[in-house]
Amino acid sequence: MAAAVPNAQLVVATSLVGLFALSLCIGVDDLSLDRIATGAGALELLLVSRLPRTVAVVLTGAGLAIAGLVLQILVRNRFVEPITTGTGQSAALGVLAVTLLFPTASIGAKTLAASATALAGTSIFLGIAHRLPPTQPFLIPLFGLVYGGVIGAAVTFIAWQTDLLQYVDVWTNGEFSGVLRGRYELLWITAVMVALAWWVADRLTIAAMGREVSVGLGLNYQRIVQFGLVMVAVISSLAVVVVGMIPFVGLVVPNLVSRLMGDNLKSALPWVAVTGATLLLACDIIGRLIRYPYEIPVGTVLGVVGSGLFLWILFGRAQRA
Amino acid sequence: MIEIKNISLRLGDTQILEDVSLTMPKGGLTALVGPNGAGKSSLLSLIARLQPLQSGSISVDGLPVDTTPSRRLAKTLAILRQDPAVASRLKVRELVGFGRFPHQRGRIDDNDLRLIEAALQQFGLTDLADRFLDHLSGGQRQRAMVAMAFCQGTDYMLLDEPLNNLDMLFARQLMRDLRAAADKDKRTVIVVLHDINHAAVYADRIVAMKAGRIVADGAPAEVLQPDVLAQVFGYDMDVIDVGGAPLVLHHR
Repeated sequence: MAAAVPNAQLVVATSLVGLFALSLCIGVDDLSLDRIATGAGALELLLVSRLPRTVAVVLTGAGLAIAGLVLQILVRNRFVEPITTGTGQSAALGVLAVTLLFPTASIGAKTLAASATALAGTSIFLGIAHRLPPTQPFLIPLFGLVYGGVIGAAVTFIAWQTDLLQYVDVWTNGEFSGVLRGRYELLWITAVMVALAWWVADRLTIAAMGREVSVGLGLNYQRIVQFGLVMVAVISSLAVVVVGMIPFVGLVVPNLVSRLMGDNLKSALPWVAVTGATLLLACDIIGRLIRYPYEIPVGTVLGVVGSGLFLWILFGRAQRA
Repeated sequence: MIEIKNISLRLGDTQILEDVSLTMPKGGLTALVGPNGAGKSSLLSLIARLQPLQSGSISVDGLPVDTTPSRRLAKTLAILRQDPAVASRLKVRELVGFGRFPHQRGRIDDNDLRLIEAALQQFGLTDLADRFLDHLSGGQRQRAMVAMAFCQGTDYMLLDEPLNNLDMLFARQLMRDLRAAADKDKRTVIVVLHDINHAAVYADRIVAMKAGRIVADGAPAEVLQPDVLAQVFGYDMDVIDVGGAPLVLHHR
């Protein structure tokens, strides 16, 4: 077990670097080193399309994994993630509202509105989740699914009434084929959020032990919960606005890392981010290769890969217990 | 000194505490005893600002618990709840180390490391230090939680049924450690106990509660009288003298 942890870290870290390079090379247009050397538009292709796309995937993957981790701490339940508990759907509701009321709003304004509604939606979920009986841990994810489903249905209904269903599809089905230079830079805010999460890693670790332990150790529990809610809302909204909803990253990655490294976030949190980035990048590459030169949305690929990983986590748990 | 003045607590329709006043001078080991639902845990959690005061006032070392910043109090007072239900996958050493959080906000220095190792050793956890909490037995986990509270290094320690899950050896060891903390380190220890004979031997003072009120308060020899015990616990039990300390035959 002791040797398994550094090995896993090595595998994940080298995979990320390798996949990053691979992602730059994959695409319909040929991109080889000698083409870059001779000019011929290759560098342009790299800087305008391939690099932005790859960076966007890495930022989104890291962010979603951290958002899932933080939400799991706030809810004190390992089977939730922002996409299955109404955060993503609330964000979509916010974008939809802005699109309806201010059709010319910038992508920044849309993100801001999405963050506000996501924050409200997640706060309501958290408020109700804390009232559910703690003896029934599966009630919380089930409630989350229903709650998210209701908000999602409202979004679909409004969009249907206003002929915006195509837009809703863009926000709810995550994929990166549309990412170009100039269209993804807001995602760097995700990097800031991940850095902030690491900065408060000790406080998050304590918060995960529950309110009473937190108060006993002098932690301002209320404040860390509010901080965490903002973090979850902003990361999820950025993902929804820029690339669309992506399932499973926030659910499986924190569980995998916890299993391997434990929950001391000072050391584990960076690996949650790195593993999230690696998983999403791998799935994006699979989606680009499987019926090349066409693409399968990364959300679809993750639906398959993520549910497999989730089942593995569930059955692995049963075996250990 | 802990000063509790006229506190009452009501949750829904249930009166948990009713006009409780109590003064506990600095130093010594005080045991809170009483039947289930007497309000012992609630009293402890009010002192430790884990739930808001509804009426009355509590101060610890002159610090009012409802208005003093939580972080300031965390350097004066440590609380171990009855069932902390910590589900995190932390190693024992990491958990104990979080006892230093109020002092360092995460930056562990050499002095902290020494205190952490000392706490691990004191509670027989050195061999388990690198094990995850979810790989421990209930008693081992309980010892790790107590070690974290010790490691917090506060003048006041509140422990709610710390003997839960402990075998006889470690239960006795923990009571001796608490006694030593009071005698050597001049710490003030308040502990909720169900085993009244542990209280008889190790406590300086026993406070007996029933139905949200304090019904007896004094040295073990004063409180552990058949008539007082019958009033508190609701049945008759014999008390014999063993080597100068009362022994309550509560199980017969």
